[in-house]
Amino acid sequence: MRLTTTSLVLLLALLMLAVFPFVGEKYYVQLISKVMIMAIFAMSLDLLVGYTGLVNLGHAAFFGLAGYVLAKVSPQYEAANLWTTLPLALAVCAAFALLTGLLVLRTSGVYFIMVTLAFAQMLFFLFHDTPFGGGSDGIYIYAKPEIKLDWLGMTGNPINLENFKVFYEFALVLMAAVYLFLRRVLDSNFGRVLIGIKTNEQRMRALGFPTFHYKLASYMLSGTLAGLAGYLAAMQFGFVSPEILGWHHSGSVLVMVILGGMGSLHGAALGAFVFILLQEALSNQAWFGPAAKHWQLAMGLCIIAVALLLPRGLVGLAGVFSRKTRNDEDA
Amino acid sequence: MDFYSFLIQLLNGLQYGLLLFLVASGLTLVFGIMGIINLAHGSFYMVGAYLAFSLAALTGNLLTAVLLGVTLSVLLGMLLEWLFYRHLYARDHLYQVLMTYGLILVFEELRSILWGDDVHGVAVPVFLSGSIPLTDNLSYPVYRLAISGICLLLAGGLYWLIRKTRLGMMIRAGAANREMAQALGINIEWLYTVVFALGLTLAAFAGMIAAPVSSVYPNMGGEVIIISFVVVVIGGIGSVWGALLAAILIGMSDTFGKVLLPEYAGMTTYLLMALVLLWRPEGLFRRT
Repeated sequence: MRLTTTSLVLLLALLMLAVFPFVGEKYYVQLISKVMIMAIFAMSLDLLVGYTGLVNLGHAAFFGLAGYVLAKVSPQYEAANLWTTLPLALAVCAAFALLTGLLVLRTSGVYFIMVTLAFAQMLFFLFHDTPFGGGSDGIYIYAKPEIKLDWLGMTGNPINLENFKVFYEFALVLMAAVYLFLRRVLDSNFGRVLIGIKTNEQRMRALGFPTFHYKLASYMLSGTLAGLAGYLAAMQFGFVSPEILGWHHSGSVLVMVILGGMGSLHGAALGAFVFILLQEALSNQAWFGPAAKHWQLAMGLCIIAVALLLPRGLVGLAGVFSRKTRNDEDA
Repeated sequence: MDFYSFLIQLLNGLQYGLLLFLVASGLTLVFGIMGIINLAHGSFYMVGAYLAFSLAALTGNLLTAVLLGVTLSVLLGMLLEWLFYRHLYARDHLYQVLMTYGLILVFEELRSILWGDDVHGVAVPVFLSGSIPLTDNLSYPVYRLAISGICLLLAGGLYWLIRKTRLGMMIRAGAANREMAQALGINIEWLYTVVFALGLTLAAFAGMIAAPVSSVYPNMGGEVIIISFVVVVIGGIGSVWGALLAAILIGMSDTFGKVLLPEYAGMTTYLLMALVLLWRPEGLFRRT
């Protein structure tokens, strides 16, 4: 990776995030853990929206599905094993992506948005209305899965995720890993083809690329990573409910991606940070007093302002201040 | 299910479908002609319902309230188009999604500030408050029939407006080719303002006449918007007639789904949409 201004800033941000649990209060450490999980979710969606040109309004389906898999296979009061439950959750998400992808990718544009929404809503009602799904009350997960390291000679539970600081660092490592992984993917030939498809699918097809297969692969990869975020979120809150599958959730993550800046991985992550922290700040009664009750008004106006004034989302803001960073952004 | 229960469900399905059509027709017009994905359309439905609630309390008469409400809706539509939507025509759809998502938050919070978070009822006008007896213990409220009637009249009115008037011709021209219409001397900016105000008013009006049946409550717009998008997409974007057919299809499948398969009723609508789009990836009707 070339050392650019952007990567320096990102490295600095990563360091600051890494030391945060040693100085921050428990509440904020847990809040940032949640934000980082949402950042993984947003980056996974950005792969589809920002790089492949497929706007998915049902992305929460994968997020929720992974959470429900964890809830369903967890023993009642004991901790599940992460080494088996996580791959299982991801495999279920990948399978669901394959199944729905074969169907939804037949459509394009606005119709694609709506069919992805349709499948997510079907899943929502499956978990919401049928006895199988646990109903609208959701399901509790009483213990976080354990990372067993017996094969390394460490018995017991060496990485205790029940400790909020450990969980925070765990989420941070995964967020950084997902970022680096997607960076690699996008720099590979496969990623180049995806970007080509976003720009001009017909031309890519004319060049001989089986674009359907590429889109399906991107859809599956994106869905699987969203599943990782969903698994982590279910783990953090110890609870899953149909709301995590609903269109509101899909809408929020889409807004995070657009807010931060489509087609920029750190933009998507930034969108998640800004969206949740802004929400948190505006509803803080200590800062805004009685007006905090109506935080949605200020939040809405901020979002409108970004949509109207920043054509490339928040990452576009950097370009306003310096010309140089604009050239670096895509590096 | 005996004949009369079936008839009642049929009428309920029709009424729900026609109401959906009113909301969706505005959405499909704005979508098809101006190319705007308007998530805030459901908020306009909510605004209409709350206007009906307040104005009916103020004037003591739903009819006057609706007339006043429609006037206010038209003005609101022109204002919003001028303030916000106008700046997004040339931009990627996703920024429209972002902005209208912001607008939803703003409307929902303004509703909370102005009207509070309680559920309110709106009285049915006296002359429509009766019901038609069907059997000894089954009857059907006149007001629901009136809703269906009004919606059908408006559907006819829309047909007339789009097919038979000069304004309609300009709307169709603008939808087909914006630049060409402009070159021929049509004032597109003004036309867009009109179409947007019309779309908003259709949604608000639907909210107004639905208020006595559904009552007014927070987040009522959020429930309507997704289902309206489903209608628009099944019908084919920009097609008002497609929207009519799709709305009635959805009204029926939802109503009968709830009666016959209550556990899976929530899924029927989306299953229907998925099936239609897999069969015809661009909806039942292409843009007219």
